[in-house]
Amino acid sequence: MDMTQWNVLLVDDEEDFVATLAERLSLRGIRARVALDGEQALARVAENCPNVAVVDVMMPGMRGLEVLRRIRRSNPEVQIILLTGQGTARDGIEGMHEGAFDYMMKPIDIDALIGKIGEAVTAAAQIKGA
Amino acid sequence: MFKKILSHHLRDIQGGMDDSMSPERYKVLRTKLVGLMAVVAALPLLVMAIINYHQTQTALNREVQNPLRAMLGKTKTSLELFLAERTSAVSFIVNAYPFQELSDEKALNRIFRVMKQEFEGFVDLGLIDSSGTQVSYAGPYNLKGKNYSEQAWFNQVRIKGKYISDVFLGFRMFPHVVIAVQHMSDSGESWILRVTLDTRQFDKLIAAMSLEPDSDAFILNREGVLQTPSNYYGKVLEKLPIDMPPATYESTVRPLVDPAGRDLFMSYIFSSDSDFVIMAMKPRASFTQTWYTVRSDLAFIFLSGLVLIFLVAYKITDLLLKRMSDSEMQREMAFKQMEHTQKLSSIGRLAAGLAHEVNNPLAIINEKTGLMRDLIRLKAEFPDRDKFLGLTDAVTKAVERCRGITHRMLGFAKRMEVKIEILDVNEIITETLEFLNKEASYRNVDIRLNLGDNLPHIASDRGQLQQVFLNIVNNALAAVADGGFISMTTWEKDLDTVGVSIQDNGCGMSEATLGHIFEPFFTTKKGQGTGLGLSITYGIIKRLGGELTVQSKVSQGTTFTMFLPKKPPEGAM
Repeated sequence: MDMTQWNVLLVDDEEDFVATLAERLSLRGIRARVALDGEQALARVAENCPNVAVVDVMMPGMRGLEVLRRIRRSNPEVQIILLTGQGTARDGIEGMHEGAFDYMMKPIDIDALIGKIGEAVTAAAQIKGA
Repeated sequence: MFKKILSHHLRDIQGGMDDSMSPERYKVLRTKLVGLMAVVAALPLLVMAIINYHQTQTALNREVQNPLRAMLGKTKTSLELFLAERTSAVSFIVNAYPFQELSDEKALNRIFRVMKQEFEGFVDLGLIDSSGTQVSYAGPYNLKGKNYSEQAWFNQVRIKGKYISDVFLGFRMFPHVVIAVQHMSDSGESWILRVTLDTRQFDKLIAAMSLEPDSDAFILNREGVLQTPSNYYGKVLEKLPIDMPPATYESTVRPLVDPAGRDLFMSYIFSSDSDFVIMAMKPRASFTQTWYTVRSDLAFIFLSGLVLIFLVAYKITDLLLKRMSDSEMQREMAFKQMEHTQKLSSIGRLAAGLAHEVNNPLAIINEKTGLMRDLIRLKAEFPDRDKFLGLTDAVTKAVERCRGITHRMLGFAKRMEVKIEILDVNEIITETLEFLNKEASYRNVDIRLNLGDNLPHIASDRGQLQQVFLNIVNNALAAVADGGFISMTTWEKDLDTVGVSIQDNGCGMSEATLGHIFEPFFTTKKGQGTGLGLSITYGIIKRLGGELTVQSKVSQGTTFTMFLPKKPPEGAM
């Protein structure tokens, strides 16, 4: 699938971070929407289901892992990449058990993230195709 | 009272347990414990010794007193027999011969001669009529015609019919005893036959007792006047310088200190037939000789027992206090270690929090810079394009560095937590060595890695394994000289186990040290180590279901070998 057809949802409480990231992805032709907390994220998924959601683990209110769980329940076809600022593999691994596609540590390299999103989209397409 | 004293001291001892103890407190405690134990143990011994002492003394006293009693009884019987014989002889003569015959001096002399032949001790013999006048006399003195009517004995013999005098000097001026017997004829006339006895006979009786030279025996009258000479208490007719004991007709022995200060047994018996008292003095020392030997035996046993008790009490107390101070020390060390661990874990938490807090703004910087870079690159005619691209690159690089720092901090914090993960042992070893590479390269220590290819992953705790490797490699680094080597090898031992060995060519350990290295608080790094490193290491490996062994030779090096199970045992964490 072409990058320009990807539908990505970015979920993080740090607006500066997530907005900038969305803008950078847009510059590369990727459609990226932003959600600042768990509820918003679930609403965005409900209105337009993305291919991939990039979710921060540490958020006030609904935590990243809870968001992951809910999206997995409502839209299992969405691939989720977890972001963590804590560097511990713990949440990441737990997330993997819960069905996350992968996890990345902040700060992230934009090209690595795009690569990871690409893999996730491919994986999602395979699941769909199968 | 004893209980009060005891509880006071025990409170001291108990009090000592609660507080941290200084060496002085230990000294005081030792003294008190030894004292208390010794007293408690020695008290029954002392009581037994005292009882034994008294029993022995009583037995021995009886042993020496009994012969003395028997001897006195015998002497008393002899004395009484002696007097009775002579009294009955006189009595026989006065009754057998008529007055006329007795008043004839020739006949009296003949009778006197026969008497002297039959009985020892007669000095003279005289007949006295009822008016008290000596009618006839046989003997060495000229006493014929002497009148005795004024003398006390004369009146007594008139009343009682018989009389035995005390020893007295009388007209003859030498000590003698008088026996007088009165005869009453049928016609109512009366006369008295009077004999004088030489008191040498008494001396013979005393001599028959055959006492030791330092003993003394004599006859007294009831007033305490000596009737025979005494070795220590005066001549005949002198008063005994000791108060007379109460009259008793049984042999009696009692201890006494005489006016000269001699420690004596005084034994005496009162004669029932006469006014005489037989008395014997025996120094206590002379017959307590046996007792002294017995007592010295007793004292020896008592004293050696006491010494033994003190020794044992001291040893036990020593041991006890050593244990106490050891456990005190261990407790202190454990507290220190706990404090250290707590400090580390709070530092860890702080680091984790800090890293997290820093990572988020760092991510923003990263994205903003990235966006700037993107925008610049998109516009070809951007003024000073290359310079700005260089600037954003520099910022991105700085962010990368910060990222490295925060990730290391998080890695450190992570080691505080326990979490079983699927791990690659080789990766952990490489990661751990990053902490130590700097020191190794400074000291030119060669770290050789022989990590097994395709080593199976194991389920274990990353942080704890890191700590294990860190501890052992740290020890190896401390042991090797500059320029030495440390080699780490990993292999698959069997289907369930991964082996790791860490070898160095350092100073090695002696057999004695080797026997203790896994004990907590054992350290050879005096004053530096807590002695916990290897014991914690050992504990971790055991907890993870593994095994840790060590081989070492002095000045050749040490090899630690561990086997880690691929799956941790049930309930390992």
